Formats: sequence, C-alpha cells, structure tokens
Amino acid sequence: MTESAPSALTSAVSVRDLTFSFASGDPILNNLSLDVERGERVALLGPNGAGKTTLSLHLNGIHEIQAGSVSIGDLHVNEDNLAEVRRRVGMVFQDANDQLFMPTVREDVEFGPANLGLSPAERTERANEALEAVEATHLADRAPHHLSGGEKRRVAVATVLSMHPEMLVLDEPTSGLDPAGRRELADLLVTLHLTQLIITHDLPFALEICPRSVIISNGSVVADGKTADILADTDLLAAHRLELPFGFDARRAQ
Amino acid sequence: MSVPAAQFALHVPDGLLTPVVALATGVISIAVLAMALKQSGNELKDKQVPLAGLTAAFIFAGQMFNFPVAGGTSGHLLGGALAAVLLGPSMGAVVLGVVVLVQALVFADGGITALGINTLNMGIVTAFGGYALFVLLRKVFPASASGVVGATSLAAGFSVILAAMAFSIEWLFGASVPVPFDTVFGAMVGSHIAIGVGEAVISGLAISAVLAARPDLVYGARDLDRAQLADRRKVSGRVFAGGAIAVTLLMAVVVSQFASDSPDGLERVAEDNGLLGEVTDHTFSGGFFADYATSGVGNETLSLAVAGFSGAILTLLVGFGIVRTVAASRNSASS
Amino acid sequence: MSAGHTANLFIPGDSLLHRMAPEAKLVSVVLFVTAVALTPRQSVWSFAVDAVLVLVLLGIAGFRATQVIARLAVVLPFIAFAFLIPFIAGGEQTSVAGFNLSIEGLWGTWNVIAKAVLGTATSMILAGTTAVAALLRGMTRLRVPAVITSIIAFMFRYLDLIVGEMGRMRTAMTARGHDPRWLWQAKPIASSAGAMFVRSYERGERVHAAMTSRGFTGSMPELNTAKASGRDWALAAIPPLVAASGALAGVLLV
Repeated sequence: MTESAPSALTSAVSVRDLTFSFASGDPILNNLSLDVERGERVALLGPNGAGKTTLSLHLNGIHEIQAGSVSIGDLHVNEDNLAEVRRRVGMVFQDANDQLFMPTVREDVEFGPANLGLSPAERTERANEALEAVEATHLADRAPHHLSGGEKRRVAVATVLSMHPEMLVLDEPTSGLDPAGRRELADLLVTLHLTQLIITHDLPFALEICPRSVIISNGSVVADGKTADILADTDLLAAHRLELPFGFDARRAQ
Repeated sequence: MSVPAAQFALHVPDGLLTPVVALATGVISIAVLAMALKQSGNELKDKQVPLAGLTAAFIFAGQMFNFPVAGGTSGHLLGGALAAVLLGPSMGAVVLGVVVLVQALVFADGGITALGINTLNMGIVTAFGGYALFVLLRKVFPASASGVVGATSLAAGFSVILAAMAFSIEWLFGASVPVPFDTVFGAMVGSHIAIGVGEAVISGLAISAVLAARPDLVYGARDLDRAQLADRRKVSGRVFAGGAIAVTLLMAVVVSQFASDSPDGLERVAEDNGLLGEVTDHTFSGGFFADYATSGVGNETLSLAVAGFSGAILTLLVGFGIVRTVAASRNSASS
Repeated sequence: MSAGHTANLFIPGDSLLHRMAPEAKLVSVVLFVTAVALTPRQSVWSFAVDAVLVLVLLGIAGFRATQVIARLAVVLPFIAFAFLIPFIAGGEQTSVAGFNLSIEGLWGTWNVIAKAVLGTATSMILAGTTAVAALLRGMTRLRVPAVITSIIAFMFRYLDLIVGEMGRMRTAMTARGHDPRWLWQAKPIASSAGAMFVRSYERGERVHAAMTSRGFTGSMPELNTAKASGRDWALAAIPPLVAASGALAGVLLV
C-alpha cells in the first residue's frame, strides 16, 4: 500500500513512528508506522522476535507508549481512555489457556462485559450472542480446561466479541489447532464483519482470509501489499525467515 | 511410598485437638491472613489475583510431586519457606493458606474444624517463620546468589521443624488424649527432622534454578545487584544433601538436649532458672494448659517442658544476638 | 508422582446432594463436623448414629466402599498415632494381653479415630458432590472475600496445566535414564521445580495481560448467582441437628 496519510474517518488503526524497548536491551519496535482501514483483514507476518506481539500489545494499551503514537479510530491511545480502547480492540492471545481463566466458559465470556459495568441481564445477553456467533452455545457451562484446542480458540474469540469490539487482534490463532479446528476458525473469522489484524506464521491461512499482508522485521514494516503478491516473492520471504509449505503455490491457490 | 510423618504436621484431622484450640488458631489464622492479603495486595495491585492463583497452583502441584529420600522412599515439599522467599512472606502465607483451604474442602485432606490449626502450622508459621530465619541467615551469609541459596535452604529446613513445634505447642493447650507434651514434642520434632532435610535440599536447589533463570522474580534477593546475583557457585546435589544432613545432625543434638527422655540438660536449665518448684506449684496448676497434656504426667515433666521452651527461646535470642554482632562487625570491617 | 491424596474426589451426578445449593452444604458440613468434634467420647451411641448418617450420605453421593476406605488412608498416620496412645499415656492402667495400657489412653484412641474418620468422611461428601465452580459460588454467597475465591478459581484453572507440564518434565528425565533413589540425586527434580515456578509466574503475568485487555482493573466481577432455596436449607439442617442432639445427649447423660 503506497497511499500515505489515510483519512481519519476510515482508518481503524493508525500507528505512527512507534518505538519501544524493554528496560534493558535493544529496541523491539523501531519507528514503526502502520494504518489499517475499517473492515480490513490484515495478516501480520514476520520472524520470531520481530515485534509483532509487542505491536499488538500497544493497540490495546497493555504496553505504555514510549515514543510515537497509536490511534484506534478517532481515539489517541493514552492513560485516560484505556477502558474505551480496550473495549474497541479485542485481543485474542496466542495461548488460549492464558485467555480463558474463569471457572466456566459463560463466566469467561461475561468477564469483559462485567468490567464494562453492564447489568447481569445485559451480560447474559451479550454472552449468549457471542457464544452463538462462534457456535459454542453448547459449551457455555463447561470448564475451559476441558475443551479441545479448536473449541478453546472459538471461545477465546467469543470472550472479546461479547465486549462489542470494533476490531480483533489475533496472535497466532492457528497454532496448535488440528486441520479441522483450523478450518472452523477460518470459516468463523470471515463471517465476522470487524477489522482484523492477524499475527501468524501460517501463510496459507493468511492467504485465504487476509487480502492484505504486512511483514514486520526488526521492529519495522518491511513489506506491505496484497497477500498474494507478498507470498509470491520468494526472496522477500526468505530474507525474513518465512517460507511457504512445500509444494504450495500462492498464485495457483488464489 | 511417601513418608507418612510428612503428613502429620500437614493435615491435622478433626478431633485431634480440642475445639478451643481449633477456634483460637482459626481466629489467629484469619487475622494474620487478612493482614497478609492486604499487604500483598498493596505490593502487587491488580496482579495479585492471577499471580497468587498461579503460584498457589505451583505449590499445590509441588506438594503432589515426590522427591527421593533414601532407597526408593520419597517425601514431598511443604513449600512455605520457598514460597515466602520467592514471593515475600505475606503472599507466601496467602498462597499456602489457600492451598490448605482447598485441600480440606476439595480433597478432604485435613479436618474442616482443624483448618485454623493447619493454616497456622503449614502456612503462617512456615512462611513468616521461614522468612524470618531467611532474613536472619542472609545477614551472616555473603550478599550473593550463593548466600540466598544457602539461607533459603536452611530456613526451609528449619521451617518444617517450626511447624512441628507449633503443633506441639498447640498440643500443650489442646491435647485430646493424655500424651505428655514432651513426648509429642520429641516425636514431632524428631520425625520432622528428616522431612526438614528434604525440604532444605529441594528448596535450596529450586531457588538456585530460579536465580539462574529469572533472578528478578526472587523477592528475597531484591537487594542484590547484577554482579552479586551472578555469583552463584555450582554445587552438586551430593554436596548439598551432605551439608544439609550435617546441619541436621547438629540440630538434632541441640534439640535432643531439650527434648530427650532423660533430659539432664533440661533439668539443669530448669533448676538454674528456679522453675522446677515454683512454676508447677502456682502458675500452671490451674486450667491454663490442657489437662491432658499435664495431668497424669507429673508436674516435673511439665516444668521440664516449660523450661525447655524458655531454654529454646533463650538460645534463639542468644543466637540472634551473635548473628547481629557478627553482621555488625562485618559491616564495620567492610566500610 | 504419588498424588494419591490429592486425587479429585468429585463424582459427577445428579443426586439430592449434588443438587443441594453449595452454600447450604458448606454450612451443613461445618456445623456437623463441629458437633461431632464437641461430642463427648463416652457417648458411643451418638457416634454410631453420626456414622450411620454419614454412611447413608456417602451412598447417596455415589461413593463405592473401596473408594471410601482408600480415602480414609489419609488419616492413617493419625490412626497409627492413636493406637500408640494407650502405651504412652499416663493415668489409670489396665492390663491387656500382658501389656499395661492406660484407660484414659484407650478412650483417647477411640476419640481420635472416631472424630478423624467421621470428619474425613464428611469432607468427602462435600468434595464428592460439589464441583469446584459450585463450591466457589457457595463461598461467594457466604461472603468469603472475592480475592480468596478468585485465587482459588485461578489455582484450579491452571493446576492441571502445571501438573501436566511437571509430568512431561519428569517423563523427559526418565526417558534419559534418570531414576533417582536418594536425596542427593534430587537435583534435576528440584531444578525442574524452580523452572516450573518461573513458568507459572510468567503465565500469571500473561493471564494478567489477558485480563487487563478485557478491562480488568483489580476487582473481580460479581457473578450471577441464584440463592439457596428454603428446602435446601431445611435439608441441610438435618445432619447438624442430628449430630448436635447426639452431642447434647452425650453431655447430659454421660
């Protein structure tokens, strides 16, 4: 994408010159800028340690902004609007076990709405609606640790859908899923009419559900374009420790 | 097979001690845990719940796992002192308290009416007592990772003995059967010495592993800088266990001075302090201690027990004094 | 891993006891065990009545006799201790098979065994018919502070994961020929315990991030809970009343 400075009206996420480092060590993010349009599904690719997860934690205000800026819609992320930022951006973490911490699925899906201060009746309604959206209504009273990997992932999505977010950020959503679970997740994500930023190493998955891909390496954006074009560029992929599965042809898959 | 005695101080069932002691320890436990909850809440803010929950799961899992003791027999960790060094005494006590509560309610381990006793012995005494010993030992040991490992190890070993002593003291107040205090004290402390060795070895080595991976997570080592944390001597399990056993034997000799069946040393302490006659005639002939721990036992034995306690406390105070003096002279020498 | 004494006792089912509101069960169990503990030891018939009641309830809960006996092994060290009492206790002596036994001590043995066995069996009824989630709801309704119930909830949520990880570490050690038999060979196990702590703590931090991203600011939300019915409380009152009558009869008659 070459168009710079998209209009504030349509932009779902706008990251400007974001730089971040932990107390001791090299910067994880280095003058990173990225814009995501409303309703877009964007794959975030890149090697381990490139800064993908660190970036995602900024979108939700978990990491404090050290330099640069992050906007979610018309909101400049800062100390005072964290509650609203966290409602707008639904984070689905890499390990569903970290995300599902309440004794039952229903309580977990109601956790976010409860923090929003909704009444018990509204929470129940939100939970029912979110569980239905991920086809997990029958799991409502189960304990999260007794679910299969695929069920956990779908319920994890429900836990943020119940907050009525404007966008989803998913961190390696297909890791640890069996092929059927991965299929169900793909089918689910394309039905959700929300802006989605999907961090993944699963390139065929990115190709299937994300029209646009961004490669992050050493804390900066190094490529941004149509997923099919990026995945066809073997040299670019190799330069950033990415590789298509053996025998996979991105052009033909389209 | 696990060492049965390991569960003795751990999970007192209903009815072993009198209801009055059960109630009194319950009140003490609730008060101390409420304080500890507040304290750890102040330190950890909104991280308190997830971190306490996860470390409680860790301690629970740690108590399920056996470590080898000798020739195929095994014991398991109590974890109070270890938790206190890792998380601070307040959070350590909270975590152990939760584990004890869950064991009683969900696993029928330890009586429900004995919850106060078990929380006090296993959670509060091991965490706060263990941490107090740890702080004391840190003052004598070098300010390095090795010093932290050594102090943790000894404190963990002694914390088990402290739990056994706590049980004995509760027995003094609330025995349900006429077994004399000194018999209970000797048996409890004696049987827990072996458990203490295991606790010492496992806790020390576990702290050593945490110091290697994430030294910033060790509450008891927060005062050390990077260079000091890196000063971690490699010690083999054999040397470690050998050291622990040597210390324990030394300890056993000292303890037996106070609790042996023919306590010559004790008698002398009692006579020297003039306790033998006076104490039994006045203070304790009333109903202050449980009748069972005293009646049919003979006043002489009771006075010996009391003398033993005064002796033990005296020894601790003298020890504390020596430690402080040593630490002070070290500081002045180094400055 | 022995873990015999920490095996989960819950028996899935739909008995009268399973359906009873958890707060009523908790109160009932505490009062019953307290009444048993207060029963004078000479009041043998009171204990017999209590024992019959406990046996019936164990049956309703769905325990098999073998399970009950195996579980009572928890108090074995105490029972062993109880059998030593007559030999070491003071007071009036009697002679049995050439041994001098204390009469007080014999009563003591009976007292410790009766109360410990009844107490453990009663705890089993609670544990066998109350799922952890229900127990936590009951505790909440009994005004146990949310911070305590939440810590317990987190503990259970992650216990299986941690035990699983420890088990895999153990397996990995065994697979490489580690078979410790003596304390000084325990270093790998102790080191793995240290590693386990670090992993648990780090998971705690990740869970905290997942909570924060859904708007958590320090207090756990109040859960939707239905209250115990009058019928539940009436049923729950029966065991404590029986035991209390026994205790009272013992005090008055013996």
